[in-house]
Amino acid sequence: MIRLENISKTFRVRKRNAGFGRALRALFSREYEDIHALRDVSFAVNDGEMVGYIGPNGAGKSTTIKIMCGVLTPDGGACDINGRTPWKHRVAHVRDIGVVFGQRSQLWWDVPVIDSFELIRDIYKTPQAIYKRNLDELTDALELAEILKTPARSLSLGQRMRCEVVASLLHDPKILFLDEPTIGLDAVSKIAVRQFIKRLNAERGTTVLLTTHDMQDIEALTERIILIGKGQILLDGTLETLRQRANINASEMTDGNIATDAEAWVAALYKEYEI
Amino acid sequence: MIPARGGLRSPYLALFRIRFTHSLQYRAAALAGFATQFAWGFMYILAFIAFYESNPHSFPMTLPQTVSYIWLQQAFMSFFFIWFYDNSIFSAVESGEIAYELARPMDLYARWFSQTSANRLAAGALRCLPLLVVAIVIPAPFRLVLPTEGTRILLFFASMFLAMGVVVSLTMLVYISAFSTINSMGTRIVVGVAADFLAGGYLPIPFFPDVLRFAVELSPFGAMQNMPLRIFSGHLYGEAMMQGLALQVFWLFALLLIGRILMKRALRRVVVQGG
Ligand SMILES: Nc1ncnc2c1ncn2[C@@H]1O[C@H](COP(=O)(O)OP(=O)(O)OP(=O)(O)O)[C@@H](O)[C@H]1O
Ligand SMILES: [Mg+2]
Repeated sequence: MIRLENISKTFRVRKRNAGFGRALRALFSREYEDIHALRDVSFAVNDGEMVGYIGPNGAGKSTTIKIMCGVLTPDGGACDINGRTPWKHRVAHVRDIGVVFGQRSQLWWDVPVIDSFELIRDIYKTPQAIYKRNLDELTDALELAEILKTPARSLSLGQRMRCEVVASLLHDPKILFLDEPTIGLDAVSKIAVRQFIKRLNAERGTTVLLTTHDMQDIEALTERIILIGKGQILLDGTLETLRQRANINASEMTDGNIATDAEAWVAALYKEYEI
Repeated sequence: MIPARGGLRSPYLALFRIRFTHSLQYRAAALAGFATQFAWGFMYILAFIAFYESNPHSFPMTLPQTVSYIWLQQAFMSFFFIWFYDNSIFSAVESGEIAYELARPMDLYARWFSQTSANRLAAGALRCLPLLVVAIVIPAPFRLVLPTEGTRILLFFASMFLAMGVVVSLTMLVYISAFSTINSMGTRIVVGVAADFLAGGYLPIPFFPDVLRFAVELSPFGAMQNMPLRIFSGHLYGEAMMQGLALQVFWLFALLLIGRILMKRALRRVVVQGG
C-alpha cells in the first residue's frame, strides 16, 4: 500500500542572469528562486495495482518518484509505503522496491552486464536460487542472453534499457517504480518491456507505478491514471474517464474535432489545465 | 540453496572486491605511476642530498631517515595522499547518478568508504612492490635501508593502515561537501593541496618551523603519513611513537564520527540533480 498525503517539495535554485556584469554581481549577492516542484500531492495506490503517472515536462513526476524511493526528503506531507516512511527508513524501505530511472544507468559502465547483476544480487543479499530463477526468467523474456557478457558501455540504448529493467527486478521487489522505462526503445523492445511488466503485475502481483510520455505505454498497461501538472494532482481516474473528459473539452475547443488517439486527448487535457 | 560465489555476502565487501579487482586491471596506469614516482623520489632525494652536504647538522632527520621516508611515501602514495580522490563519487553527486546509490539498501557512508579504500589499496598493491625492490637494490645514498626489528615493521603496518583510515575519513568530508556545492572542483584542489602539505607530503613535518610543527603534530594531518613513515625510518620510537599511534586512533574515530553526522545532515537536504 502506497499513501501520499500533502507532499510538497520546493527546490531553491540560484538565479543568475546571463552576462559578465550579472555574473560578477552574483558573486556578492545571491538571488534565489523557489521552484515548487510538488504542492500538496496526495494519492494512494493499492497492492497489485498498476498506475500510470502522467504529466508534461517539469510537472513533478520524477520528483514524486524520488520521494517514494527515499532518495529525496520532502518539505512537508506524509508518505507511507507498506508501513514505512521512505526517507526515514530508507535502507529497510528500498530493500522491498525496485526502481528504474530511465534517464540514468545503474549498470556499471566498464564491466559486463552480468557482473553488475551479481553486484546487485550481493547488495540485496538475494539468495542465489532466487537470483538464478529471476535472471533466467528475465533474460528469457527480454532476450538478453547474448548481451549479458557485454560491458554496459557498448550496449545500444534499447539493449541497455532492457538490462536496466532486469537489474531492478532481480531481488523480487514488491513495488516497482518506473520513470520513463521505454525511453528510446524501438517498437519491438517497447512491446517486450510492456508485455513483461504486464506479466509481472499479473503473475506476481507486483505493484507498478510508471511515468511515461508514450501514451501507448499507458494504453497498453494501465487501467488507472494520475495526471499531474505544475506540481499538483489534477485528475485521478480510469483511462476511460480521462479520455471522455478530454474529448468533451477537445470538442469544445477545436470545433468539434474529437480527439481519438491517446496523444491527442492527452494534449487536450494538458491544454485544458494550462499545464 | 546454493551458496553464492565468494561466500562473503556483505554488500560492502562485494563492492570492495569488485572495485579492487577492477582497479587491478589498470596495469598501464600502474606502470606509469611507478615510473613517475621513482623519478620523483629520486629527484627529491637529490635535492635533500644537496642540502645535507651544505650543513648536515642542522637537520631534524638524518639523511638515511629522509631517504627511507621518501621511498616509502612514493611506494604507498595512494594510501597517503588526500588528492587520490575517487572521482566517480564526485561525478555521481554532480550528475544526479547518486539517485541509484540512494535507492539501494546500503549505508552511503560505508559504501563510499569501502569503494574508495578499495581503489587506494589496489593502486598501492600494484605500485609498491616494484618501487620498493628498486629502492632496496640501488646504491647508497639512494638506497632504502630496511629496519631490522620485526616489531618496528609490524608497528609500521599498523600505523600505515591507521593513516589510510584517517586519510579516507578526511576525504569523506570532501565527498560529502560535494552535496552542497554545484561544482566541487575548487574544494577538491584547495583541500588536497593544503592537507597534503600539512600532512608532510612535500616536506616531512619535522622540518616545519616549531610552532607549526607542534600544531600539525596534534592535528589529524599529523596522524597521516607522518606517523608510519617516521616509524619505519626509526625517527619515531618509544613513548613518542605510542602517543602518536594513540593519536591516530583518536583522529580516525573522531573523523568517522564527524563524517557520519555530516552525511546524515547532507542526505536530509540532498538535491538530486536532473530528471
Ligand atoms: N535538482 C533540482 N534542482 C532544482 N530544480 C529541480 C531539481 N529537480 C527538479 N527540479 C524542478 O522541479 C520541477 C519538477 O521536475 P521533475 O523532474 O519532477 O519533472 P518531471 O515531471 O519528471 O518532468 P519530465 O517529464 O521532463 O521528466 C521542475 O520544474 C524542475 O525544474
Ligand atoms: Mg522526469
